Amino acid sequence: MSGMLNKLMLSVAAMGASGAAFAGNGAVADEFKWMTFMVFGVIIAITMAITFWAARSTHTTSEFYAAGRSVSGIQNGWAIAGDYLSAASFLGIAGLISLYGYDGFMYSVGWLVAYITVLLVIAEPCRNIGKYTMGDILAFRNDPKKTKTVAALSTITVSTFYLTAQMVGGGVLIKTLIGIDYEISVIGVGILMLAYVVFGGMKATTWVQITKAVLLVTASIILVMLVWAPYGFSLPAYLQSVVADPDVQKQVAKLLGDKAATMTSEELGQRFLEPGLFLKNPIDQISLGLALVLGTAGMPHILMRFFTVPTAQAARTSVIWAMGIIGGFYVLTLFLGTGAAMLVGPDKISSIDAGGNMAGPLLAQFLGGGEQSYLGNFMLAFVAAVAFATIVAVVAGLVLASASAMAHDIYVGVIRGDHATPKEQVVAARVASVIVGIIAITVGILAKGQNVAHLVALAFAVAASSNLPAVFLTLYWKKCNTTGIIAGMIVGTVTAIGLVMVSPNMTYPKAVIASANKVLNGEPAIPAKEEQPAVERSSFMCELFAMDGCVLAKPAQAASAEKPAKPGAAEKLAGLNAKLPALEASLASIADPAAKAAAEADIAKVKKDIAATEKAKAKAEADLAKFEGQTTSIMGLEKPFFLLKNPGLISIPLGFLMVILGSLFTRDKRSEEMWDELYVRQNTGINAEAASVH
Amino acid sequence: MSSTNFNWAAIDANPKFQALHRKKTFFLWGLMVFSIIYYFLLPIGAAYYKELFNTKVWGVVNFGLLFALSEFVVAWVIAFVYSKKANAQFDAMAQEIINDVDSGRI
Repeated sequence: MSGMLNKLMLSVAAMGASGAAFAGNGAVADEFKWMTFMVFGVIIAITMAITFWAARSTHTTSEFYAAGRSVSGIQNGWAIAGDYLSAASFLGIAGLISLYGYDGFMYSVGWLVAYITVLLVIAEPCRNIGKYTMGDILAFRNDPKKTKTVAALSTITVSTFYLTAQMVGGGVLIKTLIGIDYEISVIGVGILMLAYVVFGGMKATTWVQITKAVLLVTASIILVMLVWAPYGFSLPAYLQSVVADPDVQKQVAKLLGDKAATMTSEELGQRFLEPGLFLKNPIDQISLGLALVLGTAGMPHILMRFFTVPTAQAARTSVIWAMGIIGGFYVLTLFLGTGAAMLVGPDKISSIDAGGNMAGPLLAQFLGGGEQSYLGNFMLAFVAAVAFATIVAVVAGLVLASASAMAHDIYVGVIRGDHATPKEQVVAARVASVIVGIIAITVGILAKGQNVAHLVALAFAVAASSNLPAVFLTLYWKKCNTTGIIAGMIVGTVTAIGLVMVSPNMTYPKAVIASANKVLNGEPAIPAKEEQPAVERSSFMCELFAMDGCVLAKPAQAASAEKPAKPGAAEKLAGLNAKLPALEASLASIADPAAKAAAEADIAKVKKDIAATEKAKAKAEADLAKFEGQTTSIMGLEKPFFLLKNPGLISIPLGFLMVILGSLFTRDKRSEEMWDELYVRQNTGINAEAASVH
Repeated sequence: MSSTNFNWAAIDANPKFQALHRKKTFFLWGLMVFSIIYYFLLPIGAAYYKELFNTKVWGVVNFGLLFALSEFVVAWVIAFVYSKKANAQFDAMAQEIINDVDSGRI
């Protein structure tokens, strides 16, 4: 095995080298790329060494899936944090805060609160009852073959959604950061992750996650120290300087549009710390909040982490540590995000990546001394490498979770009827990992350029609507049985996915074509409006579904003056291009240095406007060409039917309801007989799977 | 999963186990309900109590920001309270039941 591992390391190293050759542009300037690859190399070498070491003690099924149940509580806490703090939360939330202020921070809260559910109702019972998978927990008192099949399908569905988002997000991220081609990034991430999982199993995955979490937390603490120290670690003094920053005020003015006209710069700055710049629909937020708070406890790769510790007490300790690390990290992102807004500027952040993902890396570069400095670029390289390690670690955890569902639940449990030899089981686990890994790489490449951001929310919604009701009720409700579990999991999954398919997350050609035409042809003038009274919505259901006769609530509006027509892109470009020669010609005749500098700044601004307009025009034209002749989304709808972005508010209660109804209307002898054993065991740990002795 | 060695129904019916079950159920549900209500106060407050959330209380720091920070503190306090209680009481009660089972008293 070590021979194979060596060969693999060589090919990964070769890929790193060819990656350098393929590198185009990215946030890291070409002359500093060697630094990034050096830091990447060091991190890859460390994780490979971990894998090499872990591979020597990964022989049995328990070692492969659960690291021999020998991970300590504190270690598991760090690993959970490493598993959970994906690139979306590490770069995404800092980015949201840097662009939208308060709302970005508010968004992060749900991700921590989710662990209260994990701590109070899931972690310890799962450790006491479970073996390797969610299917094991459900099969304990229900029909093993049926529940394992449904549990495995649900696990693979959730993991695939999350995995696709990670692969696509990761590929885009690596391209934006260092300019490596998307496909090469995806294949690189896939092969590295497969090396960890196939050779080192859960032990290697755990230690890769721990390493990554430590790197991430260290990097964040250093950055926050540098941002906050100049203000003597005073929160009001620091935020005072954030809201007084002209870049921040400009960003708020941009977000508010017309409303900003009557506000002072002080009010604009303060508005950055107030809610409502990003999250506009409170019902959608509650729906997402519900999916997060209940979905995390149903995520297969999080559940699986509790099978790696020796006792329920260690499971408890691990959640406490995870909550400390994850919560602490999100508090740090408040400073990373606002710091990036103040020091780098929202304009620059969103010019490199519209979602703000580059806020953290750019802040690191600024704090180290800026674009031209060695230290600045070293810090950018370090943060980029941590982002890379993050993607690999999260993907490894997900692949292990789906592979265990495939091999342990479907192959060993259902096909072989639990009669597979130990050796056969380990081989099945490794083969399944390779299959899932190849699927992940393929899906990652196929989904290039697709909008996958909503897949993360969908993964949580499915986990909350299907997995959590099943696991929760099986553990805590005596009457729960096989029929209920199967009904709840199928209805929960189908409802969550179905609602998203008809939600605003999908692409609606009519809307895309209309906005592209607006860019190209301009907008007509809007006549002056008289004062409008507030309108009340016709019923609550109208907030959720687009139905005939629905009137949506509207606040009262003051009278507004006539708005002039907006020119189309071609007209705008012609105007700007006509202005440029005159400005440039006048430059030569200006003698006064101050006036000359101002004229040069004007020219730069016009050139920037031209570039931006051309980019918008090209995008609008591409959109028109892409959607020409189409009027409906892939579901045949012209506009969304379900109005929330997250289906949780409907699919989660429905999932619970179906488990309850299915259980009440049928009888299952085994589910009843096994209740006493399950309940005693989950509370006392009697007969729980023990740690393997080395 | 050999359940032959243990009389699970007898353990379940044992007063010691029933006491553990009652204590745990009450305590866990209480914490769970409190934490969910406290969490949803944040999006509800941000949407429907804007004036309160925008009130400056500490320099430029407004009530909304402090409330969001308090969500973290409350989550940590719940984790701390639960682990204290579980380490001090639930584990001891469970251990007593295990001892009784091992020595054949149940």
